[in-house]
Amino acid sequence: MTAPDVIVIGGGHNGLTCAAYLARAGRRVLVLEKRERVGGAAVSEQVFPGFTFSVFSYVVSLLRPEIIRELDLPGHGLHILPLESTLTPLPDGDFLAQWGDHDQNRRELARHSLRDAEAYDEFGRLMYHMAKAVRPVLSMVPPDPLSLDPRELRRLLRLGTHFRSLGSDTFHALFKLMTMSAADYLDEWFETEALKATKSASGIIGTFLGPRSPGTAYVLLHHYMGEIDGVFRAWGFARGGTGSVSEAIASAARRFGAVVRVNAPVERVLIRDNRAAGVVLENGDEISAHVVVSGADPHRTFLHFAGEKNLPDDFVADIRRYRFRGSSGKVNLALDALPDFTCMPGNGPHLRGAVSISPSIDYLERAYDDAKYGEFSRRPYMDIVIPSMIDPGMAPPGNHVMSIFVQYAPYALNGGWTDAKREAFGDAVIDTLSEYAPNLKNIILHRQVITPADIERIAGLTEGNIFHGELSLQQLFFLRPSHAWSNYRSPIRGLWQCGSGTHPGGGIMGASGRLAAMELLRAGE
Amino acid sequence: MLKHTPFHERTAALCASHAWRRWAGYVVASSYELVPDREYHAIRGAAALLDITPLYKYLVGGRDAARLLDRVVTRDVGRSRVGQVLYTTWCDGRGKVLDDGTVARLNEQTFRMTAADPNLRWLEDHALDLEVSIEDVSESTAALALQGPTSRAILERLCDCDLAGLKFFRITDATLRGIPVTISRTGYTGDLGYEIWLDARHALAVWDVLIEAGAAYGITPAGIFALDIARIEAGLMLLEVDYVSARRALVPSQLSSPFELDLGWTVSLDKERFTGRRALALEAGRSSDWRFVGVEVEWESLERLWADVGLTPRLPAVAWRASVPLYDGRAQIGYATSGCWSPLLKKYIALAHVRAAWSPPGTRLDMEVTVEHHRRRAVAHVADKPFFDPARKKA
Repeated sequence: MTAPDVIVIGGGHNGLTCAAYLARAGRRVLVLEKRERVGGAAVSEQVFPGFTFSVFSYVVSLLRPEIIRELDLPGHGLHILPLESTLTPLPDGDFLAQWGDHDQNRRELARHSLRDAEAYDEFGRLMYHMAKAVRPVLSMVPPDPLSLDPRELRRLLRLGTHFRSLGSDTFHALFKLMTMSAADYLDEWFETEALKATKSASGIIGTFLGPRSPGTAYVLLHHYMGEIDGVFRAWGFARGGTGSVSEAIASAARRFGAVVRVNAPVERVLIRDNRAAGVVLENGDEISAHVVVSGADPHRTFLHFAGEKNLPDDFVADIRRYRFRGSSGKVNLALDALPDFTCMPGNGPHLRGAVSISPSIDYLERAYDDAKYGEFSRRPYMDIVIPSMIDPGMAPPGNHVMSIFVQYAPYALNGGWTDAKREAFGDAVIDTLSEYAPNLKNIILHRQVITPADIERIAGLTEGNIFHGELSLQQLFFLRPSHAWSNYRSPIRGLWQCGSGTHPGGGIMGASGRLAAMELLRAGE
Repeated sequence: MLKHTPFHERTAALCASHAWRRWAGYVVASSYELVPDREYHAIRGAAALLDITPLYKYLVGGRDAARLLDRVVTRDVGRSRVGQVLYTTWCDGRGKVLDDGTVARLNEQTFRMTAADPNLRWLEDHALDLEVSIEDVSESTAALALQGPTSRAILERLCDCDLAGLKFFRITDATLRGIPVTISRTGYTGDLGYEIWLDARHALAVWDVLIEAGAAYGITPAGIFALDIARIEAGLMLLEVDYVSARRALVPSQLSSPFELDLGWTVSLDKERFTGRRALALEAGRSSDWRFVGVEVEWESLERLWADVGLTPRLPAVAWRASVPLYDGRAQIGYATSGCWSPLLKKYIALAHVRAAWSPPGTRLDMEVTVEHHRRRAVAHVADKPFFDPARKKA
């Protein structure tokens, strides 16, 4: 390859997306990935022979439909399979199931509360309106509300006009959603504990907050945004695991001419005259480029690759204050049979959906209490899927893989994470789940336990935060990751950001990567 | 799993067509026979027996029962007499229709309300500070409709009450061969007919005695296909087919007021207070933008369109439920939401929303029809509803 125009640091899904768009526009792009495979936190690996794990991120949440379209990801092998139900087993042997079919779902909810069964549709309609209200924001470069630059003012005006068009009901509900806790917000609608807890869980994922912490209601919206893009079925499980999303984007990038190098860890960004000039690899190789785009999180990008001494003090202080606080881990299991849930014995459609260990708000809040004081939850919240039920290629015939997302596992564990602590954490997860599926311990062939420290070490996510920094209000939109630098640029000319630590961030969305590429091209870099 | 009605054991055995459909979370027969025509003709010529259990049913009782219902529905429940049944709509605060159904005054302080959608939460939320009990009896109360000219004769053979004295939209307690039921002279067919309300535990016994006593009078179990044609002939609208509930509407253009659904007569503005009153009082003072009308397609026009492709007109075998554009010249001035070929009237008819200026009967319109894969326009005109209104309905 002749010298690249642009180097993208990190072959995660955002870095690859950014690379694909830049290559499509004719730039010579080089992607440098430190690991032996692309994907970052969206990787599929055969950790145990014959068993493929989506090691970290395990469902495709909000992959932007425009990216699927514009990069022709289905043409590059992307196939998203539906994940339609959620089963919440309860300690008393009962359960709450949320099904894909409206009638079936209503009937199940009515078993718990007739009022909730009726409120469910109205709640869904309100969330639809709010998701519709917020959705355009996901596809826009955040304006700087204090700037007088005409372009920023135009963006602000567009945003203002959009919000004015919402109608007062939606606007007020949105304001509530932005400020309330998930638990309080859901209390206004429902009385069934398991329903509130299971719904509120989507408000705490990836944050170091409990369901009763203000600000958690907003994250609920992300789930509903997947639903209004529902025609695209962008919410689900990628065939072959989440690594296949990254592979599809990498394949699209290569088709447009980008070069993707693995086993190429970057040591630092080369800076000359306060301008990015390329990168230095860990092996000492120097590669020059006019533009360097980092898909890494803000902490690694600026404090590690760019270096504090090359940045203004106030910006460094901002990035230091930017909160990661990883709070979740994963347990991936290879199984030789299906788990048998006491509340719904045997094989059935419930095993093709998610299983949520979230019996009550109190349960989740207690799990958070452990984490607040530096311990992992003895009885954690878990979101479980059995990908081999949906995609038989994930495990040998008759065998299964189980992905268990676990919260809370604080990065800053008392005494730090050790091998012994990791196994104790794994045991707590298996013990808790065994209370609902007693055959679990007998069917485990292999287990992989991943702590926030492991996420940081392997995938390079600071403090193991799965979103490149918490999705809390003070670090969203024009504050992500820092005011004045939410437009994918940085204080160093030629150094750009495209990771989840920029707007809108979070989940396998690809929006940050795409918006960064668009903004970079618009700037003529 | 979908729910089975308490009549399922009987209806499943009869359902030779295997044509089932969903209704409010239940599975019910679209038709029983392989050729469903006879089921429709039973409604107009003998007696059709229809399982209408999936309707939502609420028992509202207590000192303030009438006050609660008066807060919710648009008609004047307080002034209704014991034994009277009111057809009514109810609206949200914007005066847009949420649902429609009936309110039957079973005694001074007890009412049974029927609805197409769940309304328990809506009722409970209106019951603040009222002395009232609201019970969702949707599953515990089974219901059958016996509709058609011989329906009275069948019931008279079985029941001890004065059926001849039971006027249109009245209800009475009765026993059918000793089984306690309530019988209302109501229905969704625009014909002489009754609806029978009973404890779900007695469902099969009641079905059996009706079939037995009705045999000599042509009693015929009938499915939704037959009912759909009859209700279009009767000009009766259906939630989520002909209009969108204000609960589900996502944009203002999907909302309808009672006036726009041709149900202004159900709005009692004399009542001091009910949900939506303010908006409805304002709308009553001006003319509404939309009207719900009958449309009749001209046969000659259909013949011409089909002759163009060398065929004779092909008519829908069952009623359709789709949105079909209506035009005046090049401008779309409305849309039909249900339509069918009326086997009795020998007319192609539809129910439609049109802008007010095009609502007077006789107004000429064009309706889109698909003729051999091509969209054409047939000449139609606005017609009086109901299309079919036999004297026996109220006699």
